[in-house]
Amino acid sequence: MNKTITLANGNGGEENNELISQVFYKAFKNEILEKSEDAAIIHNGELAFSTDSFTVSPLFFAGADIGKLAVCGTCNDLAMMGAKPKYLTCSVIIEEGFEVVELERIVASMKIELEVNAAIVVSGDTKVVPKGSVDKIFINTTGIGEVLKKGISSNNITEEDVILVNRDIGAHGATIFAAREGMEMSSALKSDCNSLFPQVKALLDAGINITAMRDATRGGVSAVLNEWAKQSNICIEVEEEKIPVSDEVKGICEMLGFEATALANEGTFVLAVKREDAQRAVEILQNFEFCSSATVIGQVTQTHLKKVVLKSAWGTSRFLETPTGELLPRIC
Amino acid sequence: MQLELKNLYNDFRDAKTIKAYAKIIQEDAKKLNKEIHIMEVCGGHTHTIMKYGVLQLLPQNIKFVHGPGCPVCIMPKERIDHAYVLAMQSDVILVTLGDMIKVPGSNGSLQDARSKGADVRFVYSPMDCLKIASENPDKKIIFFAIGFETTTPMTAALLNAVINKNIPNIFFHINHVTVPEAMAALIADDASNIDAFLGPAHVSVISGSKIYEEFPRDYKKTVVVSGFEPVDVMQSISMIVKQFIENRCELEVEYKRAVSYEGNSKAQELINKYFEKAQNFRWRGLGDIPRSGLRLRDEYDALNAEVLYKDILPTQKIDDHKLCICGDILRGKATPPQCTIFGTACKPTTPIGSCMVSSEGACAAYYKYGNLI
Repeated sequence: MNKTITLANGNGGEENNELISQVFYKAFKNEILEKSEDAAIIHNGELAFSTDSFTVSPLFFAGADIGKLAVCGTCNDLAMMGAKPKYLTCSVIIEEGFEVVELERIVASMKIELEVNAAIVVSGDTKVVPKGSVDKIFINTTGIGEVLKKGISSNNITEEDVILVNRDIGAHGATIFAAREGMEMSSALKSDCNSLFPQVKALLDAGINITAMRDATRGGVSAVLNEWAKQSNICIEVEEEKIPVSDEVKGICEMLGFEATALANEGTFVLAVKREDAQRAVEILQNFEFCSSATVIGQVTQTHLKKVVLKSAWGTSRFLETPTGELLPRIC
Repeated sequence: MQLELKNLYNDFRDAKTIKAYAKIIQEDAKKLNKEIHIMEVCGGHTHTIMKYGVLQLLPQNIKFVHGPGCPVCIMPKERIDHAYVLAMQSDVILVTLGDMIKVPGSNGSLQDARSKGADVRFVYSPMDCLKIASENPDKKIIFFAIGFETTTPMTAALLNAVINKNIPNIFFHINHVTVPEAMAALIADDASNIDAFLGPAHVSVISGSKIYEEFPRDYKKTVVVSGFEPVDVMQSISMIVKQFIENRCELEVEYKRAVSYEGNSKAQELINKYFEKAQNFRWRGLGDIPRSGLRLRDEYDALNAEVLYKDILPTQKIDDHKLCICGDILRGKATPPQCTIFGTACKPTTPIGSCMVSSEGACAAYYKYGNLI
């Protein structure tokens, strides 16, 4: 690893994993942490526990803002372990000079999202730092959830499972890129930022046999698939044309040379469910707003263990790697 | 009317068309009396070939040689060190394009410079420098210009704006290079193994197809100017194969939708106004190639960061790593997996050779997309 931390160390991809394993896992090593799940499962498997810090520029963007993001992020990590989000903490670090009106707007959207999850904030902390010490506002939320279905884990995926996504991918990453660069895009492009617990609950209520779930945040769908392939020692074969990508996101990817599978999401998750339940799971997901494109995207095989294979419509295939480096636009 | 971007690429990724070309090429290739080696000069093509699995659709007797590729890959370390030194000046904002910030020089990459407090920014268009300059009147904005013929007009347009608007705080470090000289250098080596070239279409949108005229005429090498979508590449390969079975050796254009013989004469005028051929440019992996780079004309010395910062810019040339075989890969004498450090010491996160540097380099493309054939 490099001697100094660069932005690539926070990309959700390879360098990020390197930082986590060589610095944090090394120091904090324990059985629960090593499972590397979206949320830790504690207290005899009854509780899920997770934390996340949020910094985004701009603070307000098409489809959401940092407040909604801060609640969705932690609640989604709990939901991905089959848990019902219950109690959250909220810590903020605010830059001197920040407008109170903006702070109120952020907190108001946190409140709305807490209601969607039927969760409450039970503790918090506020720090104000001199101008320049943080970029406007950083928010940390930590959450505890009650596990509704035990045994959901990224370490147990087998050839009996198929791989699904709940909606079209990459919208959050594309929206943030477009907003940061002041690109005038069609109004249809907005972040997918959304609470996933309602979708998870519907699947559990219907008795869908879910093996694993993971929300495809930084590093996108390709990071999730690669993590799963490694954690469960399987090969995941994905059909490229089945991965749902909106025209707006495709457009951004074409212009800047990105791949939709590497773009961040905030309300998109990947599921591994038992083959016989896959069709029912798709139908349940498709009933939700924005999820009409929920679909099966791939199969689990033994062909190239710990690897993800992307198959084209014309019969060629290649590996889909974990994204590396900072996302940078292509030059020419 | 609103232009739908998808209209520009959907047809060129059509599975049926790609399969149809694959069949034609397979059939035609049976009539070839020897193996043919096609070099794609541009990293954009390497990317398309690897990403869309084009090699898996080709018969055994059609091989690809991956060319010098992208402007980032070919940048020698000493010039990256220039960028690093400039970026570390406290009153400088160094601006460049995309991948350039990831490439390690001898002190580290621009990304490392940034983590040490340097102000390094990447832009989509050089014209974005104008905004940065007006927002930071007390800083010197140095545009570290990179790229082949495609990006040169944008640098020239920025120069034009800086001069016409009298903007006092934008300066230039020029690293523009040109494609035909590199192609000529590659085939001048007797041991090189190249029968035909896939010419990058976007270069010819600016410079015309005329820049490749000499290759069939003087060197007996076929050139087809090709677009970047998989259908474009498949059609171009098919055109090349047909030339060989019909015993022709010509310059042809597949990308007729935007390439003319003369190219964009306005862009060429603008480039000629500000730039002249540099005596020499040292390419990472290939070494010195005479007249393959551009330099700012002397009358613009006042804007030239290489002149203004002459005293602090390192002049020592830095050779490629001893174990690196990029030079052989670029000449078609070796493939990436034949390199002893490929995927071990040399990886996209810690590149040693030029071809591993950007996603458009041959080694990085092999590493990233694997070899599933």
